Amino acid sequence: MSEAASIYTVDKVLLVAIRDNITDTDIINLQEDLSERIVSEAARGVVIDIAALEIVDTFVGRILAQLSSISRLLAAETYIVGMRPAVAMTLVELGMDLPGSKTALSLSHALRALKAKGLA
Amino acid sequence: MSGPPAQPAGRVELRQERDVAAARIAVSKAMDALGARALRKTRFVTAVSEIARNALDHGGGGVLEIYRLDRPRRIMIRCSDQGPGIADIDQAMTDGFSTARSMGKGLGGARRLVDAFRIESRVGAGTTIEMEANP
Amino acid sequence: MTVAPTTEVSRLLREEFDSVLDAWFATQKREGVRRPDLFSDRESRRQLSDLLRAFSEALSRIDITEAVDIDADNWSELRMALSEITLVRTERGVAPWEMTAFMLALKQPVFEMLSKNLADRTDRLLAEAADFGRVVDALAMHINEYFIAERDEIIERQRAEMMELSTPVVQLWERVLTIPLIGTLDSMRAQEVMENLLNSIVEHSAEVVIVDITGVRVVDTQVAQHLLRTAAAVRLMGAEAIISGISPKIAQTMVELGVDVGEVTTRPSIRAALAEAFRRVGFQISRIEDTRV
Repeated sequence: MSEAASIYTVDKVLLVAIRDNITDTDIINLQEDLSERIVSEAARGVVIDIAALEIVDTFVGRILAQLSSISRLLAAETYIVGMRPAVAMTLVELGMDLPGSKTALSLSHALRALKAKGLA
Repeated sequence: MSGPPAQPAGRVELRQERDVAAARIAVSKAMDALGARALRKTRFVTAVSEIARNALDHGGGGVLEIYRLDRPRRIMIRCSDQGPGIADIDQAMTDGFSTARSMGKGLGGARRLVDAFRIESRVGAGTTIEMEANP
Repeated sequence: MTVAPTTEVSRLLREEFDSVLDAWFATQKREGVRRPDLFSDRESRRQLSDLLRAFSEALSRIDITEAVDIDADNWSELRMALSEITLVRTERGVAPWEMTAFMLALKQPVFEMLSKNLADRTDRLLAEAADFGRVVDALAMHINEYFIAERDEIIERQRAEMMELSTPVVQLWERVLTIPLIGTLDSMRAQEVMENLLNSIVEHSAEVVIVDITGVRVVDTQVAQHLLRTAAAVRLMGAEAIISGISPKIAQTMVELGVDVGEVTTRPSIRAALAEAFRRVGFQISRIEDTRV
């Protein structure tokens, strides 16, 4: 498990909170860890909390988008939550609006959505 | 590229991947010292992250210098590498940024996030980028 | 201490300091930038004297036959003297153009001094006049830059204040926000509006945001792009945007401009947008009569 993020499992849903100033290596490791845990725990939902991230550049943005695609291939639904306003505005201006990723206001909103889909 | 006197406010060697994060922190601190507003800071530091990573990934490593400008009060950075240089700057500036996969060099995006953007690059002679932002 | 090549103007300025000072003062009077309403003659003269002294001192040290870089270290004392006077005068109400004219008024007395003393050496006269003129021009530009920077900061502050007043984000219902966009949307304002809106989403945990453009005067490509970007940012944060107030005319314009709204929800009126918003947050509106037993 990488140091930059902790992964918890609650009711078949993987919860990840990403810490600020995560390095490139860490986030790539996170991608691998998550993918494995989705399968090993038969998770149907993943919630990635990025509230701690002050900066999300195209590299991190790309990984987040990839995480959504990977989890979908593994039959899970990923929600990105907690994006800061300044980060949202900056990503949009960079041309990254993460079209394939689901988003929610908070962890509880994401869980509610997952429950509504029968995935949690 | 010269102009009114600039006060040095930091310097980060970009040798390995964790230096990009270090660059973000250094610029963030410098902007705090200028009393920068949150959105301005996020935009500029994100742009710095883009070009610092470029210097590392495409330029074989480089240096990021941070300056404080007066009249008007601004933050400025200069990122230079001794890498292969960019053959077609125009193309690099418009290089794909709309899909999650092909990010290209990300320069166009960085340019949109800052208040001043200057680039000098020659094939075989490295690349230097200067960016400025109001605090 | 380095000694500059002996220029006539630097020598003459030292020798004829007082008469140049008097003449400068008189020129200012003529051009109406002396401001006797704000400063006594004595104060004004003293300011001029301090400045002229700093000038003379700089000229005796610096070679002005080469290009003048007024921002370089060797001019710093003169710049400081100029800054002090500018500050004092502007604090009492002197306008930027007056300060620039104040500075430029020095040219005439010096040119006259040069003409008088170098009448028989016209090429020397022209060279010195040109060199000196260059320095005064550089200082006048320096004054301008100072004011422009000041103005920019004030404008910045005022914009931010106006923003908060003119684009209120209103909570229409639980989890439903609305923001009426009014007037014109330049890119700076657009950004402030977006920031304000996104912060409100966090503050109210809003799930739906109605962006009403009924009051927007012109919907061009720039406005359309801004709307789409706003909708994208709202979505990234986990909420949804509904753009309301799209009249038939605006719809036509947007199609003609090739604007692709994509998946963003739009409605022609706030009423329609509100109905949709309620639906999304799980409410429905029904008449009281229908539910009365």
